[in-house]
Amino acid sequence: MLSGMRTNFDRDFDTISQDLVAMGARVENALEEAVLALSKRDIPRAKAIIAKDTEINALRFKIEEACIALIATQQPTAGDLRAVIAVMHIVLEIERMGDHCAGIAKTVILMKEEPLLKTLKKIPKMGTLSQQMLNDCIQAFLKRDTNWAREIAARDAELDKLYRAVFNRLVKIMAESPELVTRATYLLWCAHNLERIADRVTNIAEQIVFMRTGSMGELGH
Amino acid sequence: MNNDQVVFSVSKLNFYYGQTLALSEIDMLIQPRKVTALIGPSGCGKSTFLRCLNRMNDTISGTRLEGQILLDGEDIYAPNIDLALLRQRVGMVFQKPNPFPKSIYDNVVFGPRVVGMTNKKAELDEIVERSLKQAALWEDVRDRLNDSALNLSLGQQQRLCIARLLAVQPEVILMDEPASALDPIATLKIEDLIGELKRDYTIVIVTHNMQQAGRVSDFTGLFWLGELIEFSVTAAMFTRPSNPVTENYITGRMG
Repeated sequence: MLSGMRTNFDRDFDTISQDLVAMGARVENALEEAVLALSKRDIPRAKAIIAKDTEINALRFKIEEACIALIATQQPTAGDLRAVIAVMHIVLEIERMGDHCAGIAKTVILMKEEPLLKTLKKIPKMGTLSQQMLNDCIQAFLKRDTNWAREIAARDAELDKLYRAVFNRLVKIMAESPELVTRATYLLWCAHNLERIADRVTNIAEQIVFMRTGSMGELGH
Repeated sequence: MNNDQVVFSVSKLNFYYGQTLALSEIDMLIQPRKVTALIGPSGCGKSTFLRCLNRMNDTISGTRLEGQILLDGEDIYAPNIDLALLRQRVGMVFQKPNPFPKSIYDNVVFGPRVVGMTNKKAELDEIVERSLKQAALWEDVRDRLNDSALNLSLGQQQRLCIARLLAVQPEVILMDEPASALDPIATLKIEDLIGELKRDYTIVIVTHNMQQAGRVSDFTGLFWLGELIEFSVTAAMFTRPSNPVTENYITGRMG
């Protein structure tokens, strides 16, 4: 079957895809920086993350506008239509991931110079895992690889497990040492943000399946 | 689908122009008071198929048909079929508006007079008003029913042709590219009209404009090289077609 006949649509969609990849890369960077800012108690780094979040938000609007224009001018159908709709969902998820990173950065600023708690070990691990999930998911989007998307979504279980471990540990600390409640709560927020990022990667994986097959449904559990 | 709920039941239809097979093994069920759109590239057989539904192809010599087409359970190719009555029940609108060079009024009453529905002025007046209203033309022409139909705009002429057809109270309306000669506004009026008419009539429309098929139809059939490649609910076909040929055709990737 011939392909590549829709040069206008394909060209515009390529540009949109490139912007989506760039947006994903920015959020990956924000995620790495957020975990670093937390581990190093680095307030200037945290402030930079918050400042850059506006750029991520702007990219989302830019991509959404391009998608709307593409629908209006090219009237895509079938797989093309699903791809455009999927991108609109995906950029929203990526933008919200950026918000979660900014949320961690804000918490770092609130924590000021307070020493960290030992449970932090698992939190950077959550950061690394969710960052890898995001990176892979963007690649799976470009390749429209549904098997990979499903595999990535399955990794969310590990994040949930880590989050539960962090949660239980922090609750125990709070129960035993009331003077640590504030610090433990801050860390809980950070862990929660990381857990939500992985959930959103799963949502992106669902969109990859939708754009490829047309079937809508939850991946994971 | 229960066959009682079907207007046309087409099975194993083959159609030949001379030795050339133009339609091959077509099966299709057409539901009442729905719009069925037929799409596909030029020469794919969609218009030929449409013309099989009221035996318009009979006027072309050297054509031959195999298989069966039932209208309300009755074989329309049976020897005893009354062709005039068939074409009254299954009316047709063409690509280019073809009003008679007569007044608007005479265009609409032409059918009812010919088939002997009535000759009474009051009844004919009533038919004219009802038909023109149904075709969304009454407000445009009510004060000039005796003007020549040829003075109307193309869009109005097409709606007049629809009114002329409605005057004989058909069951099915076949439309062959009914808006392709019209500007976008006149096209939208025809599309709106199709939406109104399907409350009372079964409509089968051939269109080159896929977005039009998407806008107006409940079911869509894709013809490709004389075969019916896919037939499904329009929304499903335009979002997740099951056949790769359909996918490539409706996304414009078929060269």
